[in-house]
Amino acid sequence: MAQETTYYKPEDLKKFGNIGEFGPDLAKKFFDYYGAVFADGALSAKEKSLIALAVSHVVQCPYCIDAYTTDTLEKGATEEQMWEAIHVGAAIRGGASLVHSVQALNKVKELGV
Amino acid sequence: MKSLLARGSELASSKEQLKILTEVSEKLALPSFSDKLKEVGLYPMLPTGVNILQVNLGKLCNQTCRHCHVDAGPDRKEIMNKETMQECLVALATPGVNTLDITGGAPEMNPNFRWFVEEASKLGKKIMIRCNLTILLAGEKYKDLPEFFAKHRLEVVSSLPYFQKRRTDSQRGEGVFDRSIEALRKLNSIGYGVPGSGLVLNLVYNPVGAFLTGGQSTLENDFKKELKQAHGVQFNSLFAITNMPISRFLESLLESGNIDAYLEKLVTSFNPVAATSVMCRNTLSVGWDGSLFDCDFNQMLDMRIEGKAGKISEFNKSVLDSREILLHQHCYGCTAGSGSSCGGSIA
Ligand code: SF4
Ligand code: SF4
Repeated sequence: MAQETTYYKPEDLKKFGNIGEFGPDLAKKFFDYYGAVFADGALSAKEKSLIALAVSHVVQCPYCIDAYTTDTLEKGATEEQMWEAIHVGAAIRGGASLVHSVQALNKVKELGV
Repeated sequence: MKSLLARGSELASSKEQLKILTEVSEKLALPSFSDKLKEVGLYPMLPTGVNILQVNLGKLCNQTCRHCHVDAGPDRKEIMNKETMQECLVALATPGVNTLDITGGAPEMNPNFRWFVEEASKLGKKIMIRCNLTILLAGEKYKDLPEFFAKHRLEVVSSLPYFQKRRTDSQRGEGVFDRSIEALRKLNSIGYGVPGSGLVLNLVYNPVGAFLTGGQSTLENDFKKELKQAHGVQFNSLFAITNMPISRFLESLLESGNIDAYLEKLVTSFNPVAATSVMCRNTLSVGWDGSLFDCDFNQMLDMRIEGKAGKISEFNKSVLDSREILLHQHCYGCTAGSGSSCGGSIA
């Protein structure tokens, strides 16, 4: 990645823990919550990691994509599982755009074309 | 692929490997492993006592896996002779030494392997064999090994880095996955890994790449389900083992540009709970020439135990029980995350 020409720097991911520097109380609440969200529960930590991989593509966060590609590999996911998850995210994203075309449809009809 | 030694690589030298680990650690300002242990009150690292004798029968192997910490392969000729094996048997007979863990290379390729197992089994100790699976299909000479293992009630521990072909073959060589499955079927067919048989077959998972392993039990469930469904294969337990940043895995980390990130990840994942249970605390490792080491990794880095009783011929349990374990930056590999040992996760 051309680090010099982008706001995103891979090494900044490691500094995520520092976001509490000027507001430790809220950061602590966030990280506690984050930890609890990703713990094994009704969904396994691996399933949650695959969801996170999908969502990280939807929100297009390069830090999250790096982090959850690694994390899903660490949790033993297959490439097939990872890519299916990514497509689930992409499908929702595409669907979310397309479903709005109903509004366009309505408008077209309203305008009597 | 050839071994580092046969390729004349600088990395064949343990000094070079240690130098690289030191330089990377200094560049990244990573704490020394000893300092890290001091921080959590675990320094010096002391044995709980030698209970397991891990004997490396040599570097000769029918495979040349990319992550091999032994730098083993068909081109390596160093193997243990019968006299040294005899000395190992004397040590094994010592009260308190309960387990013989046979490793290599492919230990079955040592011409005295069967004799060694037969003699060891007379001592009534638990015997484990680290079998790479493909050796079971490597020709007439090895065909009856499953029955031989079963006769002596050996616990078989076999590497299968992943339950799918692509990752397994990329780490261990083209065609290894299919042959491993065939070997597993052979072992299953005589009862290994089958519930109620008493014949134990454990598998070893290694991450295929520069990442750690998370969740041994989830992985075990996935392996069981996938291997059963796709190949009708069963096994007892899965041991998740971290790749050590030494030898051929160090080479691949350097080549892929992942060395800094990997070492940093090992250090930042340091887990003091894992550090209390590292395998060097209850295991002693014997090299092919009879030299003694705290573990198989220290053996490959030529870090011989210091002081008296440095050879298996001089085995003295009480002296060894009170030695100090030698440490270096690779030790972070045993203490990262859930920890890693020959028996898998430790925390
Ligand atoms: S990892 Fe095991 S099977 Fe592979 S080359 Fe090394 S000793 Fe042989
Ligand atoms: S590498 Fe060897 S000496 Fe170091 S902690 Fe692991 S088992 Fe112990």
